[in-house]
Amino acid sequence: MSLIASSAVELVARLAAGEISSVEVTQAYLDQIKTHDGRVGAFLRDDSQQALEQAERIDQRRKQGEPVGKLAGLPVAVKDLLCSRGELTTCASKILENFVAPYDSTVVARLKAADAVLIGRTNLDEFAMGGSTENSAFQKTCNPWDFERTPGGSSGGAAACVAASMAPLSIGTDTGGSIRQPAGLCGVTGLKPTYGRVSRYGLVAFASSLDQIGPLAHTAEDCALALEVIAGHDPLDSTSVNRPVHHYTANVAQPLAGLRLGLVREHFGEGLTSEVEAAVREAVKVYESLGAKVKEVSLPHSKYGVAAYYIIAPCEASSNLARYDGVHYGHRTDEKALQAELAEERAKLEAADDKEGLEKLDTPLVRMYRLSRAEGFGAEVKRRIILGTYALSAGYSDQYYVKALKVRRLIRQDYDRAFQDVDMIVGPVTTAPAFKIGEKADDPLSMYLVDLYTVSANLAGIGGISFPCGFSSSGLPIGLQLQAPPFEEERLLRGAHMFQQATGWHTKRPQL
Amino acid sequence: MSLSREQVEKVSLLARLRLSEAELERLTAQLSQVVDYMELLGELDTENVEPMAHAVEISNVFRADEARPSFDRAEMLARAPHADGEFYLVPAVLGE
Repeated sequence: MSLIASSAVELVARLAAGEISSVEVTQAYLDQIKTHDGRVGAFLRDDSQQALEQAERIDQRRKQGEPVGKLAGLPVAVKDLLCSRGELTTCASKILENFVAPYDSTVVARLKAADAVLIGRTNLDEFAMGGSTENSAFQKTCNPWDFERTPGGSSGGAAACVAASMAPLSIGTDTGGSIRQPAGLCGVTGLKPTYGRVSRYGLVAFASSLDQIGPLAHTAEDCALALEVIAGHDPLDSTSVNRPVHHYTANVAQPLAGLRLGLVREHFGEGLTSEVEAAVREAVKVYESLGAKVKEVSLPHSKYGVAAYYIIAPCEASSNLARYDGVHYGHRTDEKALQAELAEERAKLEAADDKEGLEKLDTPLVRMYRLSRAEGFGAEVKRRIILGTYALSAGYSDQYYVKALKVRRLIRQDYDRAFQDVDMIVGPVTTAPAFKIGEKADDPLSMYLVDLYTVSANLAGIGGISFPCGFSSSGLPIGLQLQAPPFEEERLLRGAHMFQQATGWHTKRPQL
Repeated sequence: MSLSREQVEKVSLLARLRLSEAELERLTAQLSQVVDYMELLGELDTENVEPMAHAVEISNVFRADEARPSFDRAEMLARAPHADGEFYLVPAVLGE
């Protein structure tokens, strides 16, 4: 089997057995990137020289019998939202176009400590805000299954690079579905861990109470391997939870006996396309054939998820993104032009004897903030900052923000109740397969509604996994989602693995 | 429209953004649509529901109060758009 057709777990085993070298594996993926990424656009940057040097070092250490880490020699791609010391970390934003991170995020540090070969940085919607990767300030990413369609987002580059066999494993982030949705639309496996399972230290913040880092790969086994490396308590992130990390790789192949799956009544309503529904129902039959008991459950508040999410996430974002002020790092507007602009405005107001206008005129500092941010942020980021600032502003915060937080609790209580009857919830990831580039670009609300089936897990803080369960008549992947109670990642991984043992959807690759 | 252009303009100042005329126009229309959609939450009686700000409701995470090295000043200032080796530099805060 060709190297790039292998799973991460297979590669790690063959590397450990000395059958292949890390240099060979890394070169094979770099070749695939060179050949195809010009069209796919999954990577913002790849560093072949640095990757090959790292591969060479690991090969040497292994040859000399030195102990090596769990991912020794395996190429891994990282979403350009996680700080990596001494390297550009742009968040696909002009405001951070030249930002070199001064420290490693905990996840990058753990990947390095596990001797992974960091092969490149993947594209995303600016600051992870979006569901199509079209909001990147730098480039479009195409869906490897159909180049006219988006890969989903915001971890679109992370999903597309795995789908196009340009990396066996990649790291994404999920605030409202940003791992599971692109995984579903690109036909790969993506895990969003429970909030607090993986440290967010050094992850550039979007919505701090919702953001979580997780892996994307071809198989659940590969995600188990990655999670084992990146999960765990971190004193540098006070919201990371101090609970033991399960031995996911040792247990992933163990099928779940007596599994009780819940099918959510509200997921099969308006909007769900018949092709996706058929694929999901077919997948449920697979689980039944494996001994699972399936029953209907209700998440009565699920239809409020998107509304609550698009209040809470922009509120947190508007606060988090206040740090981009043109002072400490990132883009600053041209100061000469700024002073000239203000002088001209002042002269005009004075000539017109407009006292009110003069009073309201920005000070140079305020105008510097406003212009730096206006030039640095893209349209969607501005939309969310304005939306969040509005929802938090005097007179509105009870009506919007506090209300949304109350609905958030109702959503969490729905899950708690459902999980008394079932072990996991099974359902669609999105209502439809991948949409066309540009299709929703001018209609923010329709783009937000893509997150219908994924946002609730973030609001509730629970984990979810998505993986391919079929294809549409036009050959686009369809994803299946499992959700489990907090800290039951092992259950999610075992549940996905047993499906992948019984089916072959995850082995399909696009014709590039 | 549930949002007026004046409101969006006011919020853009609070958010330290400067929007062009075209942006103001577009954002007012788009955000009105989004805010109208949020009205959906009004259907729910949440009178006796405690707001949930965080998924993991832990509080008071303490650590030992020990000094440890922090980032190097020169390395941090090197990332600033304008600095003099000691301070970050910004346009004059007070008027002439």
